[in-house]
Amino acid sequence: MSTELHTLTLAGMQSAMQAGEVSSRELVDHSLQRIEAVNPEINAFLQVDTDGARQAADAADAVRSAGHAGPLTGLPMAHKDIFCTEGLKTTCGSRMLENFVAPYNATVVDRLNQAGMVMVGKANMDEFAMGSSNENSYFGAVGNPWNPEFVPGGSSGGSAAAVAARLVPAATATDTGGSIRQPAAFCGITGIKPTYGRVSRYGMIAFASSLDQGGVVAATAEDCALMLTAMSGFDERDSTSADVAVPDFSAGLNESIKGLRIGLPAQYFGNGLDAAVGDAVHAAVKELEALGAIVSEVELPNQHLCIPAYYVVAPAEASSNLSRFDGVRFGHRCDNPADLEDLYKRSRGEGFGAEVVRRIMIGTYTLSTGYYDAYYKKAQQIRRLISDDFDKAFESVDVVLGPTTPTTAFKRGAKTDDPVAMYLNDLYTVSANLSGLPGLSMPCGLVDGLPVGVQLVGRAFDEARILSVAHQFQQVTDWHQKMPASV
Amino acid sequence: MALTTDEVRSIAHLARIGLDEARLSELATDLSTVLELVEQMNSVDTTGVEPMAHPGSSGLRLRADAVTEENRREALQAPAPSAEDGYFLVPRVIE
Amino acid sequence: MSWEVVIGLEIHAQLATQSKIFSGASTAFGAEPNTQACAVDLGLPGVLPVMNAAAVEMAVKFALATDAEIGRTSVFARKNYFYPDLPKGYQISQMALPIVGEGKVAVMQSDGTEKVVGLTRAHLEEDAGKSVHDQFSDATGIDLNRAGTPLLEIVSEPDMRSSAEAVAYARQIHSLVRYIDICDGNMQEGSFRCDANVSIRQKGDTELGTRTEIKNVNSFRFLERAIEFEIERQIDVVEGGGTVVQETRLYDADKDETRSMRSKEEANDYRYFPDPDLPPLIVEESFIDSVRQGMPELPQARRTRFVESLGLPAADAAALTVDRQTADFFEATLDESFKPRLAANWMTGELFARMNKEDVSLDAVPVTAEQVKGMLIRMQDGTISAKTGKQVFDELWNGAASADAVIADKGLKQISDTGAIEAMVDEVLAANPGQVEEYRGGKDKLMSFFVGQVMRASKGKANPAQLNDLLKKKLEG
Ligand SMILES: [Mg+2]
Ligand SMILES: [Zn+2]
Repeated sequence: MSTELHTLTLAGMQSAMQAGEVSSRELVDHSLQRIEAVNPEINAFLQVDTDGARQAADAADAVRSAGHAGPLTGLPMAHKDIFCTEGLKTTCGSRMLENFVAPYNATVVDRLNQAGMVMVGKANMDEFAMGSSNENSYFGAVGNPWNPEFVPGGSSGGSAAAVAARLVPAATATDTGGSIRQPAAFCGITGIKPTYGRVSRYGMIAFASSLDQGGVVAATAEDCALMLTAMSGFDERDSTSADVAVPDFSAGLNESIKGLRIGLPAQYFGNGLDAAVGDAVHAAVKELEALGAIVSEVELPNQHLCIPAYYVVAPAEASSNLSRFDGVRFGHRCDNPADLEDLYKRSRGEGFGAEVVRRIMIGTYTLSTGYYDAYYKKAQQIRRLISDDFDKAFESVDVVLGPTTPTTAFKRGAKTDDPVAMYLNDLYTVSANLSGLPGLSMPCGLVDGLPVGVQLVGRAFDEARILSVAHQFQQVTDWHQKMPASV
Repeated sequence: MALTTDEVRSIAHLARIGLDEARLSELATDLSTVLELVEQMNSVDTTGVEPMAHPGSSGLRLRADAVTEENRREALQAPAPSAEDGYFLVPRVIE
Repeated sequence: MSWEVVIGLEIHAQLATQSKIFSGASTAFGAEPNTQACAVDLGLPGVLPVMNAAAVEMAVKFALATDAEIGRTSVFARKNYFYPDLPKGYQISQMALPIVGEGKVAVMQSDGTEKVVGLTRAHLEEDAGKSVHDQFSDATGIDLNRAGTPLLEIVSEPDMRSSAEAVAYARQIHSLVRYIDICDGNMQEGSFRCDANVSIRQKGDTELGTRTEIKNVNSFRFLERAIEFEIERQIDVVEGGGTVVQETRLYDADKDETRSMRSKEEANDYRYFPDPDLPPLIVEESFIDSVRQGMPELPQARRTRFVESLGLPAADAAALTVDRQTADFFEATLDESFKPRLAANWMTGELFARMNKEDVSLDAVPVTAEQVKGMLIRMQDGTISAKTGKQVFDELWNGAASADAVIADKGLKQISDTGAIEAMVDEVLAANPGQVEEYRGGKDKLMSFFVGQVMRASKGKANPAQLNDLLKKKLEG
């Protein structure tokens, strides 16, 4: 094979291995070389497991020679550093877990291992998945491969940048308010956040438990489908895991979208949306119409309350989820604590970065006596309204479509001093988390050399549909094939 | 709702996060801005709306009562900042 | 001034499950530190709770036993606070919607009257770990083996009016949870712990006074003394012109006093909210039905049955239903050849006296119900007398295999052969002509002298009833 191995998609690598044109070991070595060459510039990887990856690749090649290869055997990938990996550091982008080695694997890690995928390393991320720019990592910001002066989005910025720079063909990611879809949009790749409960949260370090969902970023919808099939499914170790059958997401990709009803919420195309981004999204809608989709308007009347409700629910859950990081059983402990209170306060004060502190503080406040009803309960009621709005919309359409983000990627440092401006990045994505619905972002244009993403939201457990819509779109467009010049 | 530095100090205490005065006053500004954002919720009347704590509608799944975990103290205690004789250690607590 | 005391109790009963409430780690007591604390119990990053079905079943059993409402939808909530023995920084408990709602329990008081105490609620929650202060010179050790042990927190209405009533109520709950097999009741091991809310008010007042909460009392004796002390203290405070402060207090058994734990109090704000890791717990009618099928007969019903169908006096019935083990033991000694009353007398008399003397509980008694039954059968059929029975029981206590074996080994078989007894009577009367004369002259008391003589001659084996008859006949006839 040529030196262009890394430009292959996951599916392309799979065919090449099946055809005997390349081995897993070659793919993995190539990935390791690219990481070594490119990562210093974009900082997408926090850790590379060279030895482990090579061993796993050799083992995968042996499995293939023995005739037992599955659809993912030997394919290289990266895990977002939020997924616990036994024997390898899991930092969650935080000083708090700088040296934390989990004594267990996340269910997602186990499943992809069993499927034969080869993890080459752990991807950078916003600390504890809190952020939309990947500037909140204790281990340094991530550069957008399209232009390293710009952010890759977050919190799965490392995963998205690694795929966009073609260091790995795919990576796991997580999405609490848009953390898969927004970086996918900013980096010009495809990312899917499945239905809440589709992918086990066991071993995935919690940010906001009722919103967090693991998923995947890759170049194409076809690649996402491949990996999501292996990652998904019931897990008895997660009480919120859904006991719902998992279809082979790859199998349904070629279904025609003729007659598919697409809803455009007026609220997704109003104030705050960059005009050029809006144009790119409308152009994508035209392509889908040409493929036979029927487009209509739908109403999401409470859309403007998504961000306010989200910034109550997510910090509240986070404030409690992050209490376990207390310097007692694992994680950062301050030097020479004078007493217990000193131990707690300095360990946590030193271990958590500014944005994490901000969110713990908001959550602590909104749950405290006298404020619960005004903030937390109110937010949960609005969450219900938002969820009901989607139920209503899905009575008349099959998919809700809009921009993934209001703008393309912004410059590093542009929003670090204004938390609220940063939060508005998630304007179109948080509703899917609040209502638990599957959402996908795929590339649909370039504005000033930076990618634009279009978002598809489906009914609960209808990932197959949004994946097939995206795949059909990618059969007739080439936005997903565009790569940063450096690649 | 604008928060005072004193209020922020007491929230920080509840959350057991040690912050110096400069950060407390910085946070008073930041948190007030965020609260202003979230208070947009008040523009809608939610009387009678059932709060939603979880997406999905399924009830809690129950596990059979069986001991499935064995002693893994050594591995589980390996990440501990301070442990001795099988105990996790913290500064002496006076009760 | 005349004061009325108002007491409510919160009891933490450790549920007798094999594994923890949210993990598969063992709940067995006494293991090496942290050997029964798995990743979930330690609250390591990324791990998640999964609910134990047996704990739900036990809570429903308790609801059925106390005629309580069952929360068809109950919600687990997080109670947030920092403490080193609380690994996650929050305790998973139930707040707004508990699994057990309002119920009631009839409490038998020391004077034999019954008082109905209202139950406010009972909820499921996880226990915390243990802090060890004496093992390390300048550090506290944390053992999380107990973390995640399932608890049922049983909250009473403030219905008790004295320490004695409070203790009677606590004993009743203690007996009940063991009766329905949801808690081993071991107070030394902390399986059953009481918190008492105590306040005073002037007689006739309807408003409650300010209460204090005495935490974690682990014996009934201490409970009584702690409440007594607290009542006295509050009266002293108020009569001295002060006011009672709402606070948590700790009972110090060595000093026999309660003292403030204000240090632990400091502005707790638990920030309860529904646990997002655990969807609502839905209890279906069919689940309740299946639990109902497995319910044992409750103490109250059993007591009534002992009186009405077994013909026991009320006091015996009460004593024999004090706990399930005693009642089960009693019923296992019954045989159709004798009246239940014979067994009841034996248990409430001999057995309880012996247990008292040796200071052992029923599970440490070395005699089985089967052995007692064998002995009672021999008493009923006249093989041995009641007096010999005591000797047989003694031998059984000391390891003998059965009453029949003792009777055979020691030759204790009662002489019920009229001819043999008559011969002995004749002999005794012949040897004591003077006493016979005196008896016939009206000195009735000498009867016991003759009985004693014949018994001695028979080595205690003469059937006493036959002996009496024969003596009377010979002396008076
Ligand atoms: Mg409690
Ligand atoms: Zn290459």
